[in-house]
Amino acid sequence: MEQILILVGVSTLQTLLMVFFSTLFAIIIGFPLGVLLNTTNQYGITPRPVFNSILSRIIDVLRSFPFVILMIVLLPFTRLMLGTAIGTTATIIPLSIAAAPFVARITETALNEVDPGIVQAARAMGSTNWQIIYKVLVPEAMPSVVSGITLTIINLISYSAMAGTLGGGGLGDLAIRYGYQRFRTGVMTAAVIVIIIMVAAIQFAGTRLTNKMLSKR
Amino acid sequence: MQIKLENLKKTYDTITAVNDVSLDIPENTIFGIIGKSGAGKSSLVRLMSLLETPDQGAVFYGGRRVDNLPKNELIACRRKIGMIFQNFNLFSSRTAGKNVAYPLEICGTPKAQIKERVTEMLKLVGLEDRENAPISTLSGGQKQRVAIARALATQPDILYCDEATSALDPNTTQSILALIKDIQKKMNLTVVMITHQMEVVRDACEYVAVLEEGQLVEQGLVKEIFANPKTKTTRDFIKNVLNDKEMVKWSDQTGRFHLHFTGNTPDKPIMSMIANKFDVKFNIFAAGISHLPDEDVGYMNVDITGSDEEISKVIEWLEANNVRVRKEQE
Repeated sequence: MEQILILVGVSTLQTLLMVFFSTLFAIIIGFPLGVLLNTTNQYGITPRPVFNSILSRIIDVLRSFPFVILMIVLLPFTRLMLGTAIGTTATIIPLSIAAAPFVARITETALNEVDPGIVQAARAMGSTNWQIIYKVLVPEAMPSVVSGITLTIINLISYSAMAGTLGGGGLGDLAIRYGYQRFRTGVMTAAVIVIIIMVAAIQFAGTRLTNKMLSKR
Repeated sequence: MQIKLENLKKTYDTITAVNDVSLDIPENTIFGIIGKSGAGKSSLVRLMSLLETPDQGAVFYGGRRVDNLPKNELIACRRKIGMIFQNFNLFSSRTAGKNVAYPLEICGTPKAQIKERVTEMLKLVGLEDRENAPISTLSGGQKQRVAIARALATQPDILYCDEATSALDPNTTQSILALIKDIQKKMNLTVVMITHQMEVVRDACEYVAVLEEGQLVEQGLVKEIFANPKTKTTRDFIKNVLNDKEMVKWSDQTGRFHLHFTGNTPDKPIMSMIANKFDVKFNIFAAGISHLPDEDVGYMNVDITGSDEEISKVIEWLEANNVRVRKEQE
């Protein structure tokens, strides 16, 4: 029993570590790309059709990679960045790169939904494009962005289950190695319960935060 | 500030939305631009407010050409313009007070000064107690008041109102128009009102220009246009405001003649004088009065029966007494 607790505890920490940092990097990379996708499209504040369609294609290609394959494709890149391609830290790189295009699309969609009239008003008042982005578009879209990021985190939890391939550890890996391969149903059940609780807690927090923002409007 | 439009033209794909529009808008007045939907009003106001550049022609503010400015100057110039919209276009992520603060924030006004100005502007529009209110808790009229406060926070010279009262009920419309008129005087603004409602022009504007299919078909002082509309579009607009409320009808039939009595019409018993002077009979079908800001215009729909010669004499005499006569279906 004690052993199960230690196994699950360590794996939970590994999962949290992977999900936290990959979410962070996915937002750092994906959010600005989402803003670019929105602002350069034909209805955006600074239309750049060619740039927009190239960026859009790249993002689609990245999104269509199955995660397991993306991990393998990125092996050399990960090694270049961190000096190693295996371990918990190393899985953060493919996780971030898998989630970044998702964050970009979510951000783009959230920004696209901002009433064009509001943007027109901001422009008529003499806002620079930069001011329109950070003072109008982003604050207006924030509740949708937050609920989209909640989705991203939950996706990353499920992606991180595949991190065992790179020796990344985590709850998913634990469930597979102990529960499936060694028939230790107790460990697997415990791992799955922790994942369920984690997902529920994140969804709850995300929904609450979104609602809190909306209630102030 | 005086606004001058010179041969403005704007085409979208194959549609010419604004076709060779030239207009002089004097400063310190309320100038209405009226047109049906699709007449090119919105396109015209977007050109005037520098949101879009014309394909041809030029826009001048106080003698300075502004439609072809480089980016930095364009942004500086837009900061001297206020604009309000049909859908208010307030920032839902900001409170009423923070909405008013926005135009001040973007031009780097110090915080203390912003705070002072926000309080002052909200007071001007009668919403001093709603500074921290979320936008969704405000009524339509209150939203437009916040929008007005926001548009005027930087003390611009020009205020554009793009269908600003179209989403409001008649009472609220009246109170918003009264507010705009009041502020116009206080701040010496040049207000340009784009609308499809003739009552807005009648109740608030000094001048009006009528737009049809991207072209100006008529313009002048509101009281003159009401008394003597020259085009069918204008007459239809005027008819709409009258038929609604102010025309009293005695009959379902319509007479052949429309008489317009303006402030210049002499104070004489005109109808009885005609009956005495000429060999004709009068039948009055409908009559009404339209209250313009500084003058009332009377309308009468009549039939005149008698010989053609007598009738034309009557019309001549009426015109000589400053009663404008228009034949039905001309």
